[in-house]
Amino acid sequence: MRELKITPIRNGTVIDHIASGLALEVLRILRVRQLDRDSTVSVAIRVRSGKLGWKDIVKVEDVELEPRTVNAIALIAPTATISIIRDYKVREKRAVDLPPRIVGVLRCPNLNCISNQAEPLESEFEVVGRRPTVLRCAFCDRRVADFLRHLA
Amino acid sequence: MALHGRDLVSIRDLSREEIVQILDSARRMIPLAEGSRTAPLLAGRIVAMAFFEPSTRTRLSFESAVQRLGGSCLTIADAGASSMRKGESLYDTIRMLSSYADAIVLRHPNEGAARLAARASERPVINAGDGAGQHPTQTLLDLATIRERFGTLAGLKVVLLGDLKYGRTVHSLAYALAEFGSELVLCSPESLRLPEEHRDELHHEGAKVTDEPDLARAVRDADVLYVTRIQKERFTDESEYRAVVGSYRIDAEVLAGAKPKLIVMHPLPRAGEIAPEVDSTPHAAYFRQAFLAVPVRMALLDAILGKRRGAR
Repeated sequence: MRELKITPIRNGTVIDHIASGLALEVLRILRVRQLDRDSTVSVAIRVRSGKLGWKDIVKVEDVELEPRTVNAIALIAPTATISIIRDYKVREKRAVDLPPRIVGVLRCPNLNCISNQAEPLESEFEVVGRRPTVLRCAFCDRRVADFLRHLA
Repeated sequence: MALHGRDLVSIRDLSREEIVQILDSARRMIPLAEGSRTAPLLAGRIVAMAFFEPSTRTRLSFESAVQRLGGSCLTIADAGASSMRKGESLYDTIRMLSSYADAIVLRHPNEGAARLAARASERPVINAGDGAGQHPTQTLLDLATIRERFGTLAGLKVVLLGDLKYGRTVHSLAYALAEFGSELVLCSPESLRLPEEHRDELHHEGAKVTDEPDLARAVRDADVLYVTRIQKERFTDESEYRAVVGSYRIDAEVLAGAKPKLIVMHPLPRAGEIAPEVDSTPHAAYFRQAFLAVPVRMALLDAILGKRRGAR
């Protein structure tokens, strides 16, 4: 039987070990519709995994992710690994890592927060809890746990 | 004091020791605040009062504090009307102000405004209330009032009554009292309960917190009854406001079962939560509390901005 669930890519990024069911959220973070129209995005949902039982995988051709995109993925899918592929070879592989401050990724859920007004600033959250991740707005102190709803 | 040149955005910016230092200094400032002595500790200093929201006592007590210490004020009482109408950001307004004054006192309707201002300003920023967020100088004067009556901030039983959801004064006060080792009793209408995140944080700090929705029972063995105003402007839902306004009132009957030494506090203005008959009882501490705003703000301004005595 031919095994061709998801093919290797020449250049780009592979986001692996996404907890099963979260691939579509990762696509949302990647803003797939805004990506270069020439880059192919492949998604595998419910792939057998030794570590997780089941996992999702997202591959994006010809795109290397910016740090803030990686931070957003770390919030939604903390078990994910990110591999940078160049010429079919894995050049860099690492687990996503949550930095102590998340800048420009989420909107503060407090609509009255100064970061939601017309001010020259980026949203900023401090990581105040890990497992589960809890963030606190650096301006108004509001805590956020439901990240998907508040992606900027 | 290590406070020189620092911002004060949240009461958490101060250590316990720093709070005690400010309260001690505030006690020494009382004769100055009463006008019976003078000391030009802020001579030659200019403090900008940037009030983007109406405020009477906070602004006047800050202005009084500056002037009693020989400093002068630049007041923009209608900051919201003048610069925001022109579309100027708070960031730019503060940048501008920080080049005209030695410190900025800010009152603003948006939570987090003072944190932004502190980043924008090269001069110290004192938060005089940001939306439903922080109001650290109110907390300092609340603590000063309690300490003046009881000589301590530890081991007291403090009832927080009323709007514990939107009331910015109670969040900071609850945190500070817990830090000093007092017990908190929360008494509020169901819809105005202290939000979970504040509860979690208080528990995390090891605070002793209980709920007692029955006012008479809450008051029975309390040392302090801290009453808040139900602030219409904080409600997004008019029907929620109407459902709770007037749901509690402190009068002689409520206080009949209280300890003789119980003090009743209120950040003022009151809107019917405390009957005028309470004013003449020894329980009433809210006018003293309002007066202490001046020496406490003097002490803070002196610590942040005053001429450094004994500086090398």
